[in-house]
Amino acid sequence: MLALAVHLAVLLVLPPFLLGVVSRTKAWFAGRAGPPLLQPYHDLLKLLRKGTVYSPTTTWVFRAAPVVAVATALTAGLLLPVGGGEASAPLHFPGDLAAFASLLALARFFTLAAALDTGSAFAGMGASRDAAVAALAEPALALALGAALARTHSLSLGEALAAFPGATWAAGAPAVLLAALALGVVLLAENARVPVDDPATHLELTMIHEATVLEYGGPDLAFLEYARAVKLFLFATLFTRLVLPVPASPAAGVGVVLLGVLAVATLVGAVESSVARLRLGRVPQFLVSAWIVGALGVVLLFFSSRDGDAG
Amino acid sequence: MALSFLGTATALLLVTSLGAFAARGSPRAALILGTAGALVAGGVGGAASLMALLERADITVRAPWAMPLGSFQVGVDALSAFFLLLVFLTGGIGALFAAGYLPGITTGPRPAVAVSLYNLLVLSLVGVLVARDAVSFLFAWEILSFTAYFLVTFDYGDPAVRRAGLVYLAASHVGLVPLFLLFGHLAKAAGGSFDFTAFVAAGPPPAATATLLFLLALAGFGLKAGLWPLHLWLPEAHPAAPGHVSALMSAVLIKMGIYGLLRALTFLGPPPAGWAWALVTLGAVSGFWGALHGLAHADVKRILAYSTVENAGLVVLGIGLGLLGQSHGEEVLAAAGYAGALVHTFNHALAKSLLFHSASLLSHATGTRDTDALGGLLRRLPVTAAGFLTGALTIVGLPPSPGFVGEWLLVTAALAGGARLAGPAGAGALAAAAALALIAGLALAGSVRAFGGVFLGLPRSRQALASHEEGPVVRASLVAGMVSCLAFGVWPPGLLALVDPAVASLAGAAPGLAHLRQPLLAVTGLSATLLALSGALALLRGALGAGRRPRTGATWACGYHPVTARMQYTASSFSDPLLQPFALALHGRGRLEGMSGYFPESGHYRVGPGDPVGERVILPGIRRFTQTLARLRVIQHGRIQLYLGYILVTLVVLLVWQLTEGVR
Repeated sequence: MLALAVHLAVLLVLPPFLLGVVSRTKAWFAGRAGPPLLQPYHDLLKLLRKGTVYSPTTTWVFRAAPVVAVATALTAGLLLPVGGGEASAPLHFPGDLAAFASLLALARFFTLAAALDTGSAFAGMGASRDAAVAALAEPALALALGAALARTHSLSLGEALAAFPGATWAAGAPAVLLAALALGVVLLAENARVPVDDPATHLELTMIHEATVLEYGGPDLAFLEYARAVKLFLFATLFTRLVLPVPASPAAGVGVVLLGVLAVATLVGAVESSVARLRLGRVPQFLVSAWIVGALGVVLLFFSSRDGDAG
Repeated sequence: MALSFLGTATALLLVTSLGAFAARGSPRAALILGTAGALVAGGVGGAASLMALLERADITVRAPWAMPLGSFQVGVDALSAFFLLLVFLTGGIGALFAAGYLPGITTGPRPAVAVSLYNLLVLSLVGVLVARDAVSFLFAWEILSFTAYFLVTFDYGDPAVRRAGLVYLAASHVGLVPLFLLFGHLAKAAGGSFDFTAFVAAGPPPAATATLLFLLALAGFGLKAGLWPLHLWLPEAHPAAPGHVSALMSAVLIKMGIYGLLRALTFLGPPPAGWAWALVTLGAVSGFWGALHGLAHADVKRILAYSTVENAGLVVLGIGLGLLGQSHGEEVLAAAGYAGALVHTFNHALAKSLLFHSASLLSHATGTRDTDALGGLLRRLPVTAAGFLTGALTIVGLPPSPGFVGEWLLVTAALAGGARLAGPAGAGALAAAAALALIAGLALAGSVRAFGGVFLGLPRSRQALASHEEGPVVRASLVAGMVSCLAFGVWPPGLLALVDPAVASLAGAAPGLAHLRQPLLAVTGLSATLLALSGALALLRGALGAGRRPRTGATWACGYHPVTARMQYTASSFSDPLLQPFALALHGRGRLEGMSGYFPESGHYRVGPGDPVGERVILPGIRRFTQTLARLRVIQHGRIQLYLGYILVTLVVLLVWQLTEGVR
């Protein structure tokens, strides 16, 4: 019960903090003081207090999308093993990875449909690019996390990620590194980060994610921004658990994972500060390279140490 | 009990089909008769198949009716009961839809003829499923092909429709050749008996023969199912037919290929892993090809037809994973693969008929099927839009729709393959998971594109602006489709119970399914959580805006005048970034027409996707083949004396053959 309460508290409260960490890191790289770490919370609260403006072209789809985005992100968060141990997610069952991916897909369906609902050229453009990036990122996610499942002979994310990093680091690092690299690319792509997308861009023509939410304001925008923060948290947690062996005791486990998540947020900020955004035409190549890296990881797993280990 | 109900349903279909044809002089009466017949038959037959399914019936009845090449046998077992349920369910909903839709699109006796043929089509689908010997199976199969041909060419005034019908008819008959060879060989091995029970009793054929027979079944049934690279007929034929027929074709007619493949597998003994990989690969390629081409086309019905290719691929991929589990003795993998294939079959049938119904309504309401000319229909056709959205969410497998369960089973089967199998097999299963992920991503983009292009944003043409909803019968059928589509999403274990007997019969006694029950309950819980959370958040959102009316402001257009439909992104531009990386699979997207010679007239640049497999391999092959065969025309010269001579020569040859047979 306590574990559930901790899980929910972390899932509900922490995510905007990660956005703060990312922008603080970027500010540090740029030599600025940067906004306070809690700035995203203030932004969300301010947006929640505002009124709303809807375009006359929009329908219920546009209004439903923010709600669906938050609901799916939080539901997906219930599948996430935040603490150590095998059963650290409130909902865990064989095949939860497939459910996790489907939930994110539902959110995408509605945000993209809402973008098309505005009738705006920018929103359509953003939706189109977002759809392309997401479709190409999906196989890399399956390969990276599928490798963890295969390596640990289990079908549940919690079980797999509890055993994967420790056992695989011990047996030889490349497989972990390759899976992590593939997942890292997915993390950047799914969360609309540099080098795939630039959340700080001000020109509509170069936006991807920002353009899809261009028509939103007030509480709706707050919902979408919050959902985005939760999504970053989801992927940062997955990345941490894929790389870092986490102690099985609940308290220590959660502590280690949270430290890892903050480190991932810092890393995202560092990448964003040191790498230029890719030309749009190059993005598919970047994502397909993640497939290749993920596939190499799978090949390494199945053709090297696999026969030696007792499983 | 179940069988007598089925008999009643069959008789009803036959009588009302004939009755509707006879009463074509008074179309209204014929329409009511035919529709009532199909509806009652759908209810009775659906109940019968559900009963057979739950009782796990396995009945075969040998009719005292001498047929050439054996006896006439019908029966029901778990596999056919499952598909029968689909036929009756979608057939009934389709009949209701047709009753409201047909009078709007045509006049005179033609609605009556269409209804008569529709009932015959449902009847022949039932015939294929209850046939228990190869002869009656192929007989029903042929009636099915011809009835479907007549319905595809319903608008025979249009040359494009006639051509589509011809393509369909030719493809159906090409597909018949491998089936003749398959059943002929099986009958020979079974001592001359064409009974399905005799095929099974004869035991599995030797390995090399079995693989050959497997390939024959894959060619014959794969063509019916629209499997790559034999899918070319499908995007031609499905859009040409009237809405309710395209729906039935995409929903259940192509599933007869899946049924046939599964049935043939029961004759061929334990599957080697090679067959499994063949199916997994073909399924993945079909899925990818269908999803990609669905993204490239602008015609709504063609998009749906390619989506059928995609989903047939997913089903075959699931069957491949089931076979893989069987050949490696992995129960969970076998059960999840087969269950995924069948659940997806079920969902696809219901969702696709809903989608085709909505698509034909919107094309009837606006006069166009071009997504680039539509838009903003959600306000004007709310019920149609709801039907389309339900179908789209189901077909992409998004929670909490029932499609999610099928998608979940398929991906979980592939991941289970990765977790349980060692060496290349495990890596291959993970590759299948990655392929499923890519297909899902493409399909998601495709469904957003179709739904958004047609129903959201601003209307792109005057027709789209002036459209309006159809009458109450059609709306009732759409609601029935949505309800039947969603009913199973609420309770996934119920969906599993439907496929359980069939999976058990395919995978042998399958305790593997028991392992899936617990996770499926968790999936149910997840969907419920999602719904509850969405409801709570919607209330929260409402509370946040309470007391303040949302203001209205125009969509941002960079400070210019409010957006117009011409500024809006079209469906074609939407999919462009996703098509660029795969341009090789879509060659011939641009064609310059006119503009030749030194002083060219004005020309057109036509942009449209092409199918390189069809245009570069299959069509040239067919052309060369027909050119070769054209040389045989010398024997067809119209001189009746020589024709009589042919008959004489044939008779003599047969006589000599028979005599020498007796000597040996």
